Amino acid sequence: MRKYPSRLWVLVLLLALGLLPLFAGEYYVNLSSQMLIAMIFASSLNLLVGYAGLTSLGHATYLGLSAYSSAWLGIKLGLGHAFTAPLAMALTTLVAMVFGWIALRATGLGFLMLTLALSQIIWGLAYRWVSVTNGDNGLSGLTRPTLPGIDLNVSANFYWFSLVVTTLCVAVIYQFANSPFGASIEGTKHQARRMSAMGYNVWVIRWITYVVAGFFGAVAGLLYVYFNKYIHPSVFSIATSAEVLLCVIAGGASTIIGPMIGAVLIVFLKSFASAYIERWTMLMGFVFLLIVMFLPQGLVFAQWPSWLQFKGKGHSKSSGLGVKS
Amino acid sequence: MNWALEVTQLRKSFGNVVVTQDIDLHVAPGERRLIIGPNGAGKTTLFAQITGEIHPDSGRVQVLGVDVTHESVQKRAHVGLSRTYQIINLFHKNTVLHNVALSLMGISKQRFDAFHLLKPRDAVYDRAFDFLQQVGLEDKAHKLLGEMSYGEQRRVEIAVAVCQCPKILLLDEPLAGLSKAERQLVQQLINELPKSMAIVMIEHDMDVALAFAEKISVLHHGSLVVEGDRDTVVNHPKTQEVYLGH
Amino acid sequence: MQIWTLQTLNSLALGGLLFMLSSGFSLIFGLMRIANLTHGALFMLGTYVAATLVRQGQSLILSALVSMFCMAVVGGLLERVILRRLSGNAQGQVLATLGLSFIAADFCLYVWGGDPIAVSTPALFQAPLEFLGVRFPTYRLVVLAVSLGVALALYLLMERTRLGAMIRAAVDDMGMARAVGIPASLLFTVVFCLGAGLAGFGGALAAPIFNAYPGLDADMLPLALIVVILGGVGSLFGTFIGSFIVGFVYSFGIFLVPDLAYVILFLPMVIVIAFKPQGLFGRAA
Repeated sequence: MRKYPSRLWVLVLLLALGLLPLFAGEYYVNLSSQMLIAMIFASSLNLLVGYAGLTSLGHATYLGLSAYSSAWLGIKLGLGHAFTAPLAMALTTLVAMVFGWIALRATGLGFLMLTLALSQIIWGLAYRWVSVTNGDNGLSGLTRPTLPGIDLNVSANFYWFSLVVTTLCVAVIYQFANSPFGASIEGTKHQARRMSAMGYNVWVIRWITYVVAGFFGAVAGLLYVYFNKYIHPSVFSIATSAEVLLCVIAGGASTIIGPMIGAVLIVFLKSFASAYIERWTMLMGFVFLLIVMFLPQGLVFAQWPSWLQFKGKGHSKSSGLGVKS
Repeated sequence: MNWALEVTQLRKSFGNVVVTQDIDLHVAPGERRLIIGPNGAGKTTLFAQITGEIHPDSGRVQVLGVDVTHESVQKRAHVGLSRTYQIINLFHKNTVLHNVALSLMGISKQRFDAFHLLKPRDAVYDRAFDFLQQVGLEDKAHKLLGEMSYGEQRRVEIAVAVCQCPKILLLDEPLAGLSKAERQLVQQLINELPKSMAIVMIEHDMDVALAFAEKISVLHHGSLVVEGDRDTVVNHPKTQEVYLGH
Repeated sequence: MQIWTLQTLNSLALGGLLFMLSSGFSLIFGLMRIANLTHGALFMLGTYVAATLVRQGQSLILSALVSMFCMAVVGGLLERVILRRLSGNAQGQVLATLGLSFIAADFCLYVWGGDPIAVSTPALFQAPLEFLGVRFPTYRLVVLAVSLGVALALYLLMERTRLGAMIRAAVDDMGMARAVGIPASLLFTVVFCLGAGLAGFGGALAAPIFNAYPGLDADMLPLALIVVILGGVGSLFGTFIGSFIVGFVYSFGIFLVPDLAYVILFLPMVIVIAFKPQGLFGRAA
């Protein structure tokens, strides 16, 4: 039967991660912070892609909306982070509720196209609505939250802050995905018709999953804007949505650890590419092709010990995106 | 009289083809009803309208007195309706135990629980195990459904439907594609189902079907042409005509 | 009066260009259930190829034909080498085309650089046409005329030729089409080449209007998506109507409320999907 990861291993891992700033230089600490943010973002999308089987190409919307809300509320209304953070998350989740309703009028490819289209509306708005977003100039001079006695502008401090937030998010997502409700989400991926016949409200299950995914995307968005202290409309681009999707499928959809590994890989590749070869977009395209054609189940599959796979009940194999459905 | 299932003047057309022609059907609680008819008679479409997967153009469907005509598919499960399918659409990548557990949770409040881990030792798995015992598959509980033989999958299908303790169970060709030995097993299972459960079965295997049925409804071109107990139906000239005629 | 005429013609020209872009997308999706996200990039490649040739002194029409041919070849290769390997995996195919679109876009950036390349209108069409005291930008009229011609040609292809009959049959019911001997495999490649070629041709014609710039693909693809969603997949007539609706809404939107142009554009689509998921003219998926 399925074994849960022993708490000991998780603690050891967290400890190791926590000690990172003591051994690594500032560049790597910052890179690691970016990886943590990407982990939250990818894990949020995975609820949709891996567990509900709904591939979205518009997830950047929630990252960006949360980031912009936090920035705008701070700049225009002068609110402190204690207010802007929950407000930004609430606003973004509200949009997720509306967009989820619209996008779920369809499934499969229709859903994909709708998420893309909705995300494009926001993308266009972000560039054009200059009075609110400052258009192509973006919003700069943003601040990180102030914690009592801790200056988050110090890279190591921000890293630890991100580590705590990431751990919390992953823990919650893990529990959500492995709960009875999580089991029902997976059920709708495989046999939606049968789930209905068994008494489940498939549409509501999907919609809730969409909203929760949007919520955690918003959390990632907050960390994202705190880290960069700057936000630009390009955050809403198809490229951003594609990147996070790549994290999910490269690592292995419908596992908890897969997207996290994917996030580390993609962030690493991106920074490596930017430093040496300058053609990140093309590299990303090739990685996409490679994964989709040759490694559709993602990197996580096959050789990992079962407890690392953190999957739902009674599985021995999950389905990656490559499985015909 | 509170019928387990009451279908009134059900009508459905696809374009110009009338698939269900003003059908009336009354199934008493605990009754064993058989629906037969040549291919294309509209049996599966009738089932689909009872379960809510297809919406009738007119008419009414009531389960245990509750009008479910315009209710969703999932609502009907909660009112006490279950069905099996001609083509198995269970969860091949999950264990047999999990398949039954999903069904158990489908009508339980537990399905809303997003706040606790679903652990292997959860009570729902124990209950699922009991139902697997009823269909003789308890030793295969932890095998993946996809690894089971077709006959075994059919038995899981029955466990999945029965574990919800429905008041009315629809069986859509439960014996299709089974070997002789498997057919006997499934037949036995069906015979052992609780007497409180009304069962409506579509089946082509006449030996099994006739042995099972208390009352038979014959469908042809979407209408109910003959209805009655076994002897009445078997000897009815219309039945002969439907199966041998034109 | 002049302004409204100009806007109307802009809309019609855009509609025509969108038709050339979207008809290919619609055919490919209708036949192969592949949402070809590379389509915007194919259009852009067409624009860049035409821009390069025109700068070297070639005529626009020749450049357009070369673009069409090149993109048809690219499309065919794409289909044969990559998409075929993923047959049966609809999602994988979409993601593959997404990856390819990034490769293509970055390729353009690499080869042609980040600055927009202006393409001058062919000398023949530079002088505006005067009619009833109103001046019409001639090239826009030409683009409209050409796209109507292409639409007519496509119509004749689909309705009057054997190839068209085969395509329509296969779009309608692939299984049955195969059963009666229609070579689905060959058809896929042909349709993909046709769709890609149309995109390339449209891109070339668009060069004097949009100029060639990085990001053209990201601007065009969503428009194609809306057209197809509005008009319904697999319906050439729907794509035709949808193209002009989007052309009008976008042009007038940009003109009247530039801040909200995208909203005006996508909102009707969203409304249509919410109430009629198969689009205005399409058949239920």
